[in-house]
Amino acid sequence: MNFFAEALQWLVDPANYVGLNAIPLRLAQHLGFTVVTLVIASAIAIPLGFLIGHTGRGRSVAVASAGAFRAIPTLGLLTLVALSIGIGLNAPYIALTVLAVPPILAGAYTGFEAIDRRTIDAARAVGMSEVQIVRQVEVPLGLPLLIGGLRSAALQVVATATLAAYVADFGLGRYLFAGLKTRDYAEMLGGSILVILMALALEGLFALTQRFVVPRGVLAGRPTDIRTRSSRPRPVMESAIEEGQKNVHSK
Amino acid sequence: MIEFHSVTKRFPDGTVAVDDFSLVLPSHKTTVFVGTSGSGKTTLLRMINRMVDPTSGSIDIDGADIGTLDPVKLRRSIGYVMQNSGLLPHRKVVDNVATVPMLRGMSRKKARDEALQLLDTVGLDRSLAERYPSQLSGGQQQRVGVARGLAVNPNILLMDEPFGAVDPIVRAELQQELLRLQHELGKTVVFVTHDIDEAFLLGDQVVILRTGGKVAQVGSPGEILANPADDFVSTFVGAERGKRSLHLENHGAGDVLVDGDGRLAGVLVPGSKAGPLAGSGASAQGGDPR
Repeated sequence: MNFFAEALQWLVDPANYVGLNAIPLRLAQHLGFTVVTLVIASAIAIPLGFLIGHTGRGRSVAVASAGAFRAIPTLGLLTLVALSIGIGLNAPYIALTVLAVPPILAGAYTGFEAIDRRTIDAARAVGMSEVQIVRQVEVPLGLPLLIGGLRSAALQVVATATLAAYVADFGLGRYLFAGLKTRDYAEMLGGSILVILMALALEGLFALTQRFVVPRGVLAGRPTDIRTRSSRPRPVMESAIEEGQKNVHSK
Repeated sequence: MIEFHSVTKRFPDGTVAVDDFSLVLPSHKTTVFVGTSGSGKTTLLRMINRMVDPTSGSIDIDGADIGTLDPVKLRRSIGYVMQNSGLLPHRKVVDNVATVPMLRGMSRKKARDEALQLLDTVGLDRSLAERYPSQLSGGQQQRVGVARGLAVNPNILLMDEPFGAVDPIVRAELQQELLRLQHELGKTVVFVTHDIDEAFLLGDQVVILRTGGKVAQVGSPGEILANPADDFVSTFVGAERGKRSLHLENHGAGDVLVDGDGRLAGVLVPGSKAGPLAGSGASAQGGDPR
């Protein structure tokens, strides 16, 4: 509890809002890093996922390799990459892209796969070309699951982007590494709180987007509330004595 | 006119869906493929718009071998209606109907205007135009499917068990509606069903298929009923049982028709003809021709 109060104090300390280590600057760095990583990962994963989802080919390869990629410890990969290409931001970009690709890939192709085959068959039968099927049918209907993939990728990247500070003077991870070194636990906890808040904010944003991109026609078909009230009045339980008397009378 | 020239379809797993099938489907008439599951009727239908390509043999439409045509262009020139309507769930009814004309380059506004007229043609209220398919009943969805099939004013309309998933009352209604439409528009309709009553009601030419895409009999409903080619056909059409085998019985007051189960089926009225489909079993269906 003491640590927590100190962390809150650290968060509101005006001294932490100036200079090269200012909280707003670190927040912006962290967010920028996350966004760039997601864009790079999307550029790789979305076209690939659409291709897999549309053709149905390479799915088992994608599942297997996505699982393998997920198993790679990011810190280890980051160290390896940094050792080979040097200190700086490139290494964390590469390591975190590897982390972000699998969920986006899975979101892209499962989004396509979840569409009723008959809908796609009908679209083809009335004369849509393959590109038109992808753009006019599969993308709009698969979008919610793709956003879901981006959402989980964003969450993982925001949390893991703290590792960027391991090899560069960058992002909210700076507070964790600096605090650990100087045993300034208030700074560490304050930094963690900032990461958590950013993760929650992004999570909320993606949750809203995900809801927003569900086509209205699809929403319209869903039962809104299946637990509607019965039209008949429900029997209300009276006090135990009254209930007992009623039973006696009825017998 | 659609011509099948000794068409065979063998799927990669070895099943022969269609075996050396040859037939001429006359223009402006309805040809019905009827058979049990696995008789290749849907495969035959889907070969006409190249959703399935034959392993051997060829199909001509008005003299042109469709194997040489671009499949996408070909499909845009042929109406297609499938079971469960196959509408795009994320597009409004009117946009679903306007889809194919817009693919062919028609402006959105014109396509939507024409789509609204098509809703009138298939007997749907225009107020449904701005709804989504999931907000419609099954029968309404099928009507939208028919409207979409008619949207590019195709010469050929392919219908793959279009009324298979709606309840019997709505089905009878849609069948009568299709007869009315066909009477007005005169398309070359190719219709697939497993319901022999539906086949006899709608078909000018009925093709009865047996497993493996072999033709059991081709002919008008009257020809098939009057003269089944073999036991398979007579069993399939139910010629010697149930409501198709009627006989006269004298009930004192006059003659009545009784079916094979001994149930009263109706009376014999001299000189009556059940509309354009005499002897098709329309009266047995109890439908009301409009």
